[in-house]
Amino acid sequence: MRHKKPASGETVKAASFEYIRPANLDAALAALTQHEDARIIAGGQTLAPMMAMRLARPSHLIDIAHIAALKGIEMRDGALWIGAATRQLDAERSALVQQHAPLLAAAFPWIGHHATRARGTVGGSIANADPAAEIPLVLAALDGVVHWANASSEGATSAREFFTGPMMTALEPAAIVTGASFPVWEGARIGASLHEVSQRRSDFAYVSAVAQIQIDTQGHCIRAALAIGGATPAPVALESTCAALKGAASPDAAQAALEKDIETLDIMTDGHASPRYRRRNALALAQRALKDAFAKASGAPA
Amino acid sequence: MKITLDINGAQLEADVEPRMSLLDCLRDVFRLTGAHAGCEHGVCGACTVLIDGEPARSCLIFAPQAEGCKITTVEALANAPGEPGIVQDSFCATHAMQCGYCTPGMILTAHALLKRNPVPSRDDIVDAISGNICRCTGYGQIVEAIELAANRLRGRNEPSGGAA
Repeated sequence: MRHKKPASGETVKAASFEYIRPANLDAALAALTQHEDARIIAGGQTLAPMMAMRLARPSHLIDIAHIAALKGIEMRDGALWIGAATRQLDAERSALVQQHAPLLAAAFPWIGHHATRARGTVGGSIANADPAAEIPLVLAALDGVVHWANASSEGATSAREFFTGPMMTALEPAAIVTGASFPVWEGARIGASLHEVSQRRSDFAYVSAVAQIQIDTQGHCIRAALAIGGATPAPVALESTCAALKGAASPDAAQAALEKDIETLDIMTDGHASPRYRRRNALALAQRALKDAFAKASGAPA
Repeated sequence: MKITLDINGAQLEADVEPRMSLLDCLRDVFRLTGAHAGCEHGVCGACTVLIDGEPARSCLIFAPQAEGCKITTVEALANAPGEPGIVQDSFCATHAMQCGYCTPGMILTAHALLKRNPVPSRDDIVDAISGNICRCTGYGQIVEAIELAANRLRGRNEPSGGAA
């Protein structure tokens, strides 16, 4: 039995575009500067469905997935640098990530599914800035840095300033995210945890909370990172709670600060979950993440 | 634009619009119809292929992006035409399909899991196929099929003593 071969264009869903595969970052930046409606693609795990639904109609796609300078995982200036075009799955399996960025390691299993992490990139998640995305949440919690480049310069922006709202960043239109630096905590007794609520496994989180805690030999907190995502327009680090956790032997000591931090959050709403539901979940998930992180810190090798 | 794709070990040339998805390219240009078009926006997993050995959604990749990658489709898993491979045969043996629409994606996902983890726990299996939706079986027999395939693959390289 022979099937009729569809005519060209009959089965496609995305609007027409030109595909560009630049050899290096300079060529990518030149193409991005030249074409006003061009978009960068690396993994395409968000952009491709947006294009299939024609919510995005770029004139050109600039594929940076093969640019060597944008890939890799290494220690740079005391932080763990991950190149923007590094596949999420490669970072998930990296010994350096496991060793130096336990919170990021804890987050990877929650990002999409194995099949989307195999294509999706670390930089793509950052540039896309979905409020429910885990990598921006971890980066904001740890007070990390986003590296970028445009045709004339390179720069770095604190993650807490980079994510400005849902799918919005401080990145200028003709710039490319080149990588991110995840702060590395020196020493032992570090625990990290992520908790989130979503409709199904790996769906977009209504609320997510991440915590990383370091304790001293007496079990008192010497360093804390805590942030909420999903419910807020961009990830929010709960700095007052972190300050209150210093010296504490359990999350209970910072309960009042946590409640106050959660109360002041700017919570989004949609048809799926009310602001009240999200706020209550934010508190509960932050408590769970802190409790878990403390437990892991005390159980971690000294 | 002209592209050359490495599909199941063969270098195949095509002249496609850049906006053609790898899925449509496989099905409509190369007539490799094992990858199924389900939701076509990355949710269901019916279009799963292996890209450089890892399961990926072929509907979320434009064909030109796949140049330079090794693509494996379910067609490559059969030992010979009409002769299913071990994972495929295990799906038959345990009745791990009803309509069969999700099956090629499930099989490729299972194949990749077992290559990396020959002794998967039930949780490992459930996690691996969590991105592949089946609307018929309730997943019970699919998990069973992957457990059976894991057992068979492990046994394959052991000397057969006594009962064959």
